Amino acid sequence: MSDMIQAGLQHYLIVSVLLFSLGLFGVLARRNLIVIYMGLELMLNAANLALVAFSHFNANLNGQVMVFFIITVAAAEVAVGLALIVALYRKRSTAHVEDLTSLKY
Amino acid sequence: MEHAHNAHNAISAAAPAFSSRPEDLAWFILLLPLIAAAGIAFFVRKSNVLSAVFSIGAVLAAFFLSVGLFITFGIGGEATVTTPFSWIHVGDLNVNLGVTVDRLSVLMLLVVTGVSALVQIYSTGYMHGDRSFSRFFSSLSLFTFSMLGIVLADNFVMMFVFWELVGLSSYLLIGFWYEKPSAGDAAKKAFLTNRIGDFGFLIGILMVWAATGSVSFAGIAHKLGADPTALGSMASIAGLLVFCGAMGKSAQFPLHVWLPDAMEGPTPVSALIHAATMVAAGVYMLCRTFFLYQVPAAWPAPLSFLGSISALDIIAVIGGFTALLAALIAIQQNDIKRILAYSTLSQLGYMVMAVGCGGPDAAMYHLTTHAGFKALLFLGAGSVIHACHHEQDIWKMGGLWNKLPVTFRTFAIGTAALAGLPILTSGFYSKDAILDAAITGGHPVLFGLGVIVAAMTTFYMLRLVIVAFFGAPRTGAASHAHESPNSMIWPLIVLAVPSIAIAWLPLGDFLSAHFNPHFHPHEGGGIFGPFNHAPLAATFGTGALLFGAAAAFGVYWNVPKDPLPGQLGLIGRAMKNRFYFDEIYDGVLVPLHDMLARLADWFDRWIVSGLIIRGVHGSTELVGRALRLAQTGNLQTYTFMFAAGVAVVVMIALKLK
Repeated sequence: MSDMIQAGLQHYLIVSVLLFSLGLFGVLARRNLIVIYMGLELMLNAANLALVAFSHFNANLNGQVMVFFIITVAAAEVAVGLALIVALYRKRSTAHVEDLTSLKY
Repeated sequence: MEHAHNAHNAISAAAPAFSSRPEDLAWFILLLPLIAAAGIAFFVRKSNVLSAVFSIGAVLAAFFLSVGLFITFGIGGEATVTTPFSWIHVGDLNVNLGVTVDRLSVLMLLVVTGVSALVQIYSTGYMHGDRSFSRFFSSLSLFTFSMLGIVLADNFVMMFVFWELVGLSSYLLIGFWYEKPSAGDAAKKAFLTNRIGDFGFLIGILMVWAATGSVSFAGIAHKLGADPTALGSMASIAGLLVFCGAMGKSAQFPLHVWLPDAMEGPTPVSALIHAATMVAAGVYMLCRTFFLYQVPAAWPAPLSFLGSISALDIIAVIGGFTALLAALIAIQQNDIKRILAYSTLSQLGYMVMAVGCGGPDAAMYHLTTHAGFKALLFLGAGSVIHACHHEQDIWKMGGLWNKLPVTFRTFAIGTAALAGLPILTSGFYSKDAILDAAITGGHPVLFGLGVIVAAMTTFYMLRLVIVAFFGAPRTGAASHAHESPNSMIWPLIVLAVPSIAIAWLPLGDFLSAHFNPHFHPHEGGGIFGPFNHAPLAATFGTGALLFGAAAAFGVYWNVPKDPLPGQLGLIGRAMKNRFYFDEIYDGVLVPLHDMLARLADWFDRWIVSGLIIRGVHGSTELVGRALRLAQTGNLQTYTFMFAAGVAVVVMIALKLK
């Protein structure tokens, strides 16, 4: 156990950056709105992880309090967002972003 | 320091305003005609009688108040300035609304309100039956108000405002019969010509203000008294620019062209505005601001060749030239009102010449007497025109002396006064004062010119009298003429009194004492005074009168038509055609102006709206069209741009660190 590498702030941050990049890639590259949504959630959780890590290593609880807010807001956002997607699907019979470009020049 | 002082004065003077000081009466004199004008315009326009009552009542009240002021201040009192209202206070600029009550202004108040009252009474007869009767009286009241404002103003800004108001009311009155195209044109011509002069006036005011930091006459006079070089190298230029205003209003060469055309207005207007008061405003302003011209001559470097020639010298030459030019033109005019108009021009030139020779007292003296007898002459001419059924050509009159006895006698008195009949008439004394000013001012050439003009004045006035009133009637209208109604006759009689009586009042000394505190009346004054203390001027003046009279009787007694054009040939034709000034202006200034207008139009069309406006509009639209392409409607494009933007911002932030 003793020769195991102690996880430091950098490790957490690297994981957070990887998660964030994955999420951003999903948002940019995937076409299905549901999957884009999942990408968004991944990005939010990457931010949460970074905040908790900072909070832990700086011995400051502010970051963790922030995370609770983010989780709450994210839950509400998901509820509204999914409802919108459902409504959109009923109206247009598609959940693909290429088909939803009527708001343009 | 001075501003603080002024402000303090304004405050301390504001407290007891309208309490008991007699000089506050001046405010009532000023405002009464305005109240009448507004009252007529807003309430009693439909009633001719009420309109006339309002207007005449206001001006008569103003006249009697002026008499009171004259007795209180003119005869005994010192100069008083009352400035109860601080009007504009911006930074260094401090303008009060104030009235000047001194000998100069109380005398002018008498002239303006007196002539205005008589002219308005006369107008009830002359304008009888005109469908715009009440508009006429409203305009006359507005004019009287504006003119009184010029007279009472105690600073340049207030004077300029009323100066423009006079221009406006003159425009309204010249163009009173606006359905006549000639009247409308004359009104526009008068207004525009005046505006040219006023432009110079405004720049002059700004220059004086910039140099002295004050716009009040007392403040500037005080500054210049302490330091005569306060105006710097622009002293003479500033003086000449202020004179530009007088040039427009008092119709001096080269801005004289509007006055004869202004005779298109009703004759009472010609009498009031274009003979007695408005055109005198220029001369009055020169006298009021005479302190500006008492500083040593100074020119900016490019004009340094002018050396010690002062602004006054130039003013004197312009005045003298105008006097000569107008007299020459008057000799060959046939329209009774135009003869008088050119005679007015000539006499105004005389007054300006007097100011230029350093004799503002002589100029004011002549202004006062001239206002009386020239108004008399114009009203007399109006009576003649009225009697001859609106015939204005003197060669279509004749033999009127026994048909219009009162008009003839009063007109003869006016003519005698204008010609300067010694001892008996006011014109002799004031003209003598001007000739005397030319000698004592060291201008022998202008003196000679003044004498020649005096002879010519007698000549053309007697030509008018002989042709119009004597000989046989030349047309049916003249042979059936009958005397005008009483409302027109009485003002003539009343005006004839001062044409004679002012002669025996010590008005000249009264004015001289205003301009020169150390003035002592001449020894051996009295009615023969001029022959004692200014024998040269008096003798030559009388000689000129006799010569002119002899020539007029020799040429015009009992002739059927004008014999002069045949003898004078080309010069005569030039005189008859007003030396082609209108044609020259038409041929030179109008095309020049058109060219400028076309250039401005081209600049506006192609540079301003083409290049600048359309350029800005076009490039904005082009950029807009290009940027529009970024709006694809695809959510992921936006996200990508947003993320890329954030990345760029973060990179820059890290670089900067």
